[in-house]
Amino acid sequence: MNFIIGAFKPACNVSITFSDGKSRKQVPLKNENGQTVTVPLFQSQETIAGKISVEPVSGKKVEHNGIKVELLGQIEMYFDRGNFYDFTSLVRELDVPGEIYERKTYPFEFSSVEMPYETYNGANVRLRYVLKVTVSRGYAGSIVEHQNFVVRNYTPPPSINNSIKMEVGIEDCLHIEFEYNKGKYHLKDVIVGKIYFLLVRIKLKNMDLEIRRRESTGSGANTHVETETLAKFELMDGAPVRGESIPIRLFLSPYELTPTYRNINNKFSVKYYLNLVLVDEEDRRYFKQQEITMYRLQETS
Amino acid sequence: MMAGVAEDEEKWLSAGITGLQQNAFYMHRALDSNNLKDALKYSAQMLSELRTSRLSPHKYYELYMRAFDELRKLEMFFKEETNRGCSIVELYELVQHAGNILPRLYLLCTVGSVYIRSKEAPAKDVLKDLIEMCRGIQHPVRGLFLRSYLSQVSRDKLPDIGSEYEGDADTAMDAVEFVLQNFTEMNKLWVRMQHQGPARDKEKREKERSELRDLVGKNLHVLGQIEGVDLDMYRETVLPRVLEQVVNCKDEIAQYYLMDCVIQVFPDEYHLQTLETLLGACPQLQPSVDIKTVLAGLMERLSNYAASSAEVLPTFFQVEAFAKLNIAIGKVIEAQDDMPIYGAVTLYASLLTFTLHVHPDRLDYVDQILGACVKKLSGKGKLNDSKATKQIVALLSAPLEKYKDIDTALKLSNYPHVMEYLDNGTNKEMSNVIIQSIMKNRTCISTAEKVEALFELIKGLIKDIDENLQDELDEEDFKEEQNSVARLIQMLYTDDTEEMMKIIHTVRKHILTGGPKRLPFTVPPFAFSALKLVRRLQSQNENVSGEEVAATPKDIFQILMQTIEALSSVPAPELALRLYLQCAEAANDCDLEPVAYEFFTQAYILYEEEISDSKAQVTSIHLIIGTLQRMHAFGVENRDTLTHKATGYSSKLLKKPDQCRAVYACSHLFWLDEHNDMKDGERVMLCLKRALRIANAAQQMANATRGSSGSVVLFIEILNKYLYFYEKGGVADYR
Repeated sequence: MNFIIGAFKPACNVSITFSDGKSRKQVPLKNENGQTVTVPLFQSQETIAGKISVEPVSGKKVEHNGIKVELLGQIEMYFDRGNFYDFTSLVRELDVPGEIYERKTYPFEFSSVEMPYETYNGANVRLRYVLKVTVSRGYAGSIVEHQNFVVRNYTPPPSINNSIKMEVGIEDCLHIEFEYNKGKYHLKDVIVGKIYFLLVRIKLKNMDLEIRRRESTGSGANTHVETETLAKFELMDGAPVRGESIPIRLFLSPYELTPTYRNINNKFSVKYYLNLVLVDEEDRRYFKQQEITMYRLQETS
Repeated sequence: MMAGVAEDEEKWLSAGITGLQQNAFYMHRALDSNNLKDALKYSAQMLSELRTSRLSPHKYYELYMRAFDELRKLEMFFKEETNRGCSIVELYELVQHAGNILPRLYLLCTVGSVYIRSKEAPAKDVLKDLIEMCRGIQHPVRGLFLRSYLSQVSRDKLPDIGSEYEGDADTAMDAVEFVLQNFTEMNKLWVRMQHQGPARDKEKREKERSELRDLVGKNLHVLGQIEGVDLDMYRETVLPRVLEQVVNCKDEIAQYYLMDCVIQVFPDEYHLQTLETLLGACPQLQPSVDIKTVLAGLMERLSNYAASSAEVLPTFFQVEAFAKLNIAIGKVIEAQDDMPIYGAVTLYASLLTFTLHVHPDRLDYVDQILGACVKKLSGKGKLNDSKATKQIVALLSAPLEKYKDIDTALKLSNYPHVMEYLDNGTNKEMSNVIIQSIMKNRTCISTAEKVEALFELIKGLIKDIDENLQDELDEEDFKEEQNSVARLIQMLYTDDTEEMMKIIHTVRKHILTGGPKRLPFTVPPFAFSALKLVRRLQSQNENVSGEEVAATPKDIFQILMQTIEALSSVPAPELALRLYLQCAEAANDCDLEPVAYEFFTQAYILYEEEISDSKAQVTSIHLIIGTLQRMHAFGVENRDTLTHKATGYSSKLLKKPDQCRAVYACSHLFWLDEHNDMKDGERVMLCLKRALRIANAAQQMANATRGSSGSVVLFIEILNKYLYFYEKGGVADYR
C-alpha cells in the first residue's frame, strides 16, 4: 500500500490475545502518552493465558534468535522516568531460534501469578503490569510488543472497623466533637457521621470535608511527599450555635480513589485522610485531619 | 448611603437572576436531551446562585421564586426519568454528589419528593432523612428558604391519615413530628437572625425578620391542616411542643407572631379545650411582647365562636373559659411589670367583650372585670394616656351596647369607680355616651336609687368636679351637653307617684349642685317633670279621692318654689319668672289659691327687682297678663290685687306703643268668657280708653319729634279689641 512507510514497518506483526479476552472485564487505563485505552483486568493468583501470533509482513521471512514472553510488574518513579524497577518478572520461552515464513501462533500461560500490588498511576510514581513479547534478532534489533493489563486486588470487609470519634477545639473559642462511622472504607462506601458543636465563639462561615491523598515516594532522606485534595465537600453553610449537630453523608463513588497502599516494595505509600475544615468569616481555616484506610471490596455485580 | 446599598442590591439581584437563567437554559437543554448528568450539573450551578449573602430577604425571595419554578421542571424530569427505568434510589444518591451543600439539599428535596411519590420507601423515612440533612444549612436566610422549600414540596406528601402516603399506626404522628421539627428548626434560625450582625442594624434586621415570618408561620398552617391532628393529639403533642418552642426562643418578635399564629390557625374548639395550656404560656413570654393584642385576638375569636352558634356555649361553661381567661390576664399583667396601663385596660376590655358574648347573664363577671380594672388603676390618679382613656371608654361602653339598658350598668358597682379614672373631658364624653344610650333605647329610670346611681355616674356633667380646673370647653359644647342632661331628666320617670316623688327629690338634690352655669338648663326640665307629677296626682285625686297620699301637690310646689329660687342666684330672672308663672298655673289647676298667689308674688317681685331691660319687661308683662287671665282659683280680692298690679306695670312701660299694647291686653283680665262673675265690662272699657289715650299721646309724640303723624297701627289694634269685646257684649252698653 504505502511502500515508504512499509519500509520502516517492523518485519512482522506481533499480537497478543488473552484466552478469556471476550469475557474478561476491561477497564480504562491511561498509558504513557496520556491516552486512555481499555485493558483487561486481573487480580493476584489468576492465571494469565493466551496466544501470541507472529505474522511476518507479506512474503518476508523473519529470522530470529528465539521468541519469549515476559510478565513484568514494574515501578517507575517519575524523577527517574523510563527506568523501571521490576518487582515481578516471569518468562516463557516460546520458540527456539529459527525462521518464520508465515503466521505462527504460540500459546502461553502464567498460572497463578503472584501479583501483590495493584496497578497505580500516581503523582510521582507509577506501578504497572505488562506482557512483553520479544522476537530477538541479532543485527536488525529485536521486535518488542507490549500488552498492558490492570491488576486490582480485593479485600474482604475488615472484621474490626471502629468509628472515628474525637473531640477537638481551641480553648474558649471552638469545641467540636466529630464522628465518622468507620475507620476503614471501601471505594464505593459512604462516609456517614456528624459534627457536634460544643462551643462556638467564632463566627464560622462554612465547613467542608476534604478527602486528601498522601503519596510518599522514596525512602529516608529522599522521601518525597505529594498531597492532593481529591474531594472538597461542603458540609455546612452559615454559623452554627452551641448544641447544633451537622450531619455528614459523603458518597465516595464519584471520586477516583484507590486502596491505601502501605510501603509498596519499599518504593512508595499511598494514604488517605479525611480533613475537616472550618472557615470563619475572616477566612481563617481551622482543620483536623484523620487518616482513614481505603480498601477494595469485591464488587458483587 | 442607603440609596447606594439599595442600588447595589438591585445589581446583585439582577446578576443573580442572569446567572440563574443562564444555567436554567443549559439545564433545559440537558432535560430536553435526557442528559441526566448535565441536568444535575447545571441545576446545581443554577442553585448556586442562591448561595449569595448579599441580598435582603425580600430580594432573596425573588431569586428563590425563580429557582423554585425551575425546580418544578426538574422534578418533572426526575419523575419521567424514573418512569424510564432509572432507579429513584440511585437518583437520590446521585444528587448528593454535589459538592456545595445548598444546591445539594435543594436537589435532594426535589428528588425526595419524587421518591415519596414513587412509594419505594415510606414517606416517613424519606422525610426524616431530608429534614435531618437540612441541618447543614445554618445560615438563617438560606436555611429558612431551604426549609420552606422542603415544607412546600412535602406538604401534599405527608403521611397523614387518609393520605395516599399513609403509613403504619402512628402515621399522623410521623407527619406531625416532621412538621414540628421543621418548625422548630426554622424558628431557631429565624430567632438567630436577631443576634447576628452589628447592633446598629437592629432596626433593619427586625424589618427583615418580619418579612420572613410567614415562612416560619407556614409550618403552623400545615400543622393545622393535617387531618390526623385530633383534639387529643393537639393537646398532648402539637400545642405543648409549639408552645415550648415559642417560650424557649425568648424572642419578642417570634413570640408575638407565633402566638398569634397559633390562635389563628387552629380551630376554636381546640383552643377552648386547651385554654389552660395556651394561656399558661402567656405569662412566660418576654415582658416586651405585645401580649394584649395576642390575648385580645384569642378572646375575639372565642367571642365570635360563641356567637356563631348557641350549641357551643355549654362547652364554654364546661371548661370555665371565663375563669381561666380572667386568671391568665391577671397573671400576665402581674408578670409584665412595665405593661402600659392602656395594655391592661385593653385586656380587660377584650375580656369584657368576651364575657358579654359568652355569659350575657353573668353580670357579676362583668363587675368582676371592672373591679380588677379599678384595682389596676388605683393609686395612679386620673389617666392622661389618651390610648388608655380610649380603651376605658370602650370598656365602659360595651355593657351599655350589649344590654341596651342602663339599668344593668347601674347595677355594676365598679362601673362608677372605673369612670373616676377618666380625665374630666373623657368623663363627660362617657357620660354623654351613657345618656345617649338611654335616649336611644328610651329607657326610663324608674327608681330613686337608680337615679342616684346614674347621677353618680354622670356627675361630670352635673357639677364642676374640680373648681380650680375650669375647663375651656366652648359654649357650644357646654350647651350641647347640658341639653342632653335636660333630656335625661325627662327620662327619669315612673308611674308610681310615690317613687316619682323620691326621684324628684333626688334629681333636685343633684341639680342644685350644678352651679349657676348649669341651673338654667336643668331647672326647667326638672320643673316640668315635677309639674307633670302634680297633674298626675291631680287626676288621681279625682279618681280615688279620700285616700292618703304621701306626695301632695303642695309639697311639690314647695320644692319647686325653692328650686326656682335658686335660679335667682344665676341670675336668670326671666326664666325664673316663666317657671313661676307655670307653677302658678299648675297650682291654679289644683285650686291651691295661696300657692298660686305666692308664685305670682314671686313673679311680681322678680319683675320689679330683677327685670330692668325694657324689652324683657314687655315680654314678661305679656306673660304675666296671659297667665293671670287664665287664673280662676283666685278670690276677688287676690285677683284684684294682682290685676291691679299688672295694669300698673303695663302703664309704666317705657315706650308708648308698648304701654298701649300692654294696657289693652290688660283689658282681658276683666273679661273671662267662661266665668260669668268675671265679666267686668266697665273696667274693660276703662282699659281700652286708657289705651286709646296712650295711642293718641304716642301719635302726638311722633308728630312732635319726627313731624309726621306716625302710624295708625295702634288704633287699628285697639279697634280690634273694641270689636272683640263688642261681639262678646262687653263694651256695647257703655259706648
